[in-house]
Amino acid sequence: MTTPLALLGGVDPWIFGFSFLTVAVTLWMGFRSAKTSKTASDFFVAGRSVSVGWNASAISGEYLSAASFMGVAGMVMSSGYDALWYPVCYACGYLFLLLFIAGPLRRFGAYTIPDFAEGRFDSPLFRKIAVCFVLFIGFFYTMPQMKGAGVTLAYIFPGLPYWVGVVVVGAVITLNVALGGMKGITLVQAVQYWIKLFAISVPIFVLMAVVGFYNTQIGANLAPGETVPAVSSIERKPLVEKAPKDTAWIAPFGPLTTKAVTAAANALPAEQRADFLAEHQKPYSLLYTYSLIIALVCGTAGLPHILVRFYTNPDGVAAKKTTMWVMILIGVFYVFPPVFGVIGRNLLPELYSGVGAKGTDKIVLELPTLIGAKYGVVGSILSGITCAGAFAAFMSTFSGLLVSMTGALAHDVYGRMLRPQSRPAERMAAFKVAAVLIGGVAVTLGCFVEPLEINFMVGQAFAIAAASYFPLLFMSVWWRGMTMKGAAAGMLTGGLCALGAAALTNLGTLALDKGPMGKVFAGFAPLNGFWAQHPLLRILCEQPAIWTVPLAITLMVVVSKATSAQVPADIRMKMLVLHAPEKLGLKQEYIQEQQAGAGH
Amino acid sequence: MSSPTPAHDDVVHSESFLRSLMRRQLSLSIACAATFLVALLGMPLLNYFAPALMATRVAGFTLSWLILGVLFFPFVWIISYIFIKRSLRLEEDEVKDVRR
Repeated sequence: MTTPLALLGGVDPWIFGFSFLTVAVTLWMGFRSAKTSKTASDFFVAGRSVSVGWNASAISGEYLSAASFMGVAGMVMSSGYDALWYPVCYACGYLFLLLFIAGPLRRFGAYTIPDFAEGRFDSPLFRKIAVCFVLFIGFFYTMPQMKGAGVTLAYIFPGLPYWVGVVVVGAVITLNVALGGMKGITLVQAVQYWIKLFAISVPIFVLMAVVGFYNTQIGANLAPGETVPAVSSIERKPLVEKAPKDTAWIAPFGPLTTKAVTAAANALPAEQRADFLAEHQKPYSLLYTYSLIIALVCGTAGLPHILVRFYTNPDGVAAKKTTMWVMILIGVFYVFPPVFGVIGRNLLPELYSGVGAKGTDKIVLELPTLIGAKYGVVGSILSGITCAGAFAAFMSTFSGLLVSMTGALAHDVYGRMLRPQSRPAERMAAFKVAAVLIGGVAVTLGCFVEPLEINFMVGQAFAIAAASYFPLLFMSVWWRGMTMKGAAAGMLTGGLCALGAAALTNLGTLALDKGPMGKVFAGFAPLNGFWAQHPLLRILCEQPAIWTVPLAITLMVVVSKATSAQVPADIRMKMLVLHAPEKLGLKQEYIQEQQAGAGH
Repeated sequence: MSSPTPAHDDVVHSESFLRSLMRRQLSLSIACAATFLVALLGMPLLNYFAPALMATRVAGFTLSWLILGVLFFPFVWIISYIFIKRSLRLEEDEVKDVRR
């Protein structure tokens, strides 16, 4: 074990300085606003008083995680074209949210998704089921954030083991959330969006001005059918052996979506391989692509830590406007990360042979240092800026997740199930204890996932959300025949199938690792042998959305039809509240009726 | 928000009002979603059946890369802008219908 002082030896002062500044400012804003957020309502949804501009920045800041900032670039570098579906669907998923869910959900008015689930079906039991998925999706989403933290700290302090970074960052953010709550986070998240946009765009423009623009960098790669690249002015470094070939990388249906079929072909005798690949590669790859699209588009519309922010809009009109601004803010952002991946392939191909924290996931951090050869300290400054952006990315998303998961635990499990009579002061204490508890679990999980790609793990969280919350929200908002039993059956079955599939995929991948994790998870190695025999099952397991989302919706319809006597009695009123313009004032009327009903 | 006015309760609470309300809003949403889905789900099909076309170079990009990596974002902004404008107008019409 190296001493702390020896660790500081290889540290670039600029990179360290920018990162430290980001962390310090984040913490300062958190602590400062801790003084102003007093009531429980302040903690949970920021007192519902956030303007469209602030809220859109805050949602974008919370949404752009380590996956967007580091993972997308890393995956474009490692897998090429197919990885572009991630940024596109991350941004476009908001359209579904806008078209079908944002307005009605805000009109219905409730603190959290479990609140909505209970209010829509008059069922406290259903709230408990809904709470579980806040935690399931949340933990899957925190793992890649933790990997982002581990990778970034291992980059800044070259001698530092991966897990130390995870523990340090996890502890700092947990403390911040426990003391600040969400009021602080709205401000912090909004500022962090702008930090992230600055940190991804400025370095890449400087870099492109020096080494050549996005289009010429892509043009330097051979497309299928070409014998010479379209652009020859770019000086590329020779690719290492593990890097995919140009034509596979630049074209659709590349290494990401054909991995399962390639593994199956390698298990066959050599003479059958070509035939097997010709027959199965492209159709299976198309299936993979569609399943990925469904997971990301539907998943965006069902992320608990994003949905909770819609309640901070003053009304349904503001909720819609906010969603549109979010799409513009994150759409602008998502043009940039793939550029890092493309330039990284041409100029830093040695990252292809790195594993874990030393692999392509750190391309965003390392690429700007290339300028250093020509312009000296500018390279360090730009790398410092991207590191600061990476900190902003995993800190903001992890904080947001922590708030919604802690909210679920403190507000739902403690405040409503365990101790309904608890006083506000006790609930505030419970919020802090829950934050520390969840932060601890997230850090522990984060220590295990070094071999997995950041972006891939976030995709899994989306797949779970797509099969659980998305069908629940979509169907409850638009179909009045839905019953609690139908909703619960569909959400539980779909969500748990997606959760199981994602967990199996990860266990199989971890068993392949050549490092320490490979030994820990060696017991799951036979899974990979099975999948080599059945590549189709592997794809359905790796990208489950194509069967879990229809399964959830079908179950909801069938079970609701079978239990149609249990549709809530005041369903017409509920639907009016969901869909009628707020100017008609139906919400107040509904609340008065509910209170009158409770009085009898 | 205004307080409920009992004078038009009958219209607001009628079955037909709720039906027309949901139908108008849902059909707008579905029209926008369909435009989006045709483009989104059509892209893999184009890649599958017309690989040579999609590999055409446009200013260094392949056509497929240019559409997905750059042009898709403004396309979605346009859809969402149209949706919001129409959906807000729809809400105003609904309020007017009731108040008349």
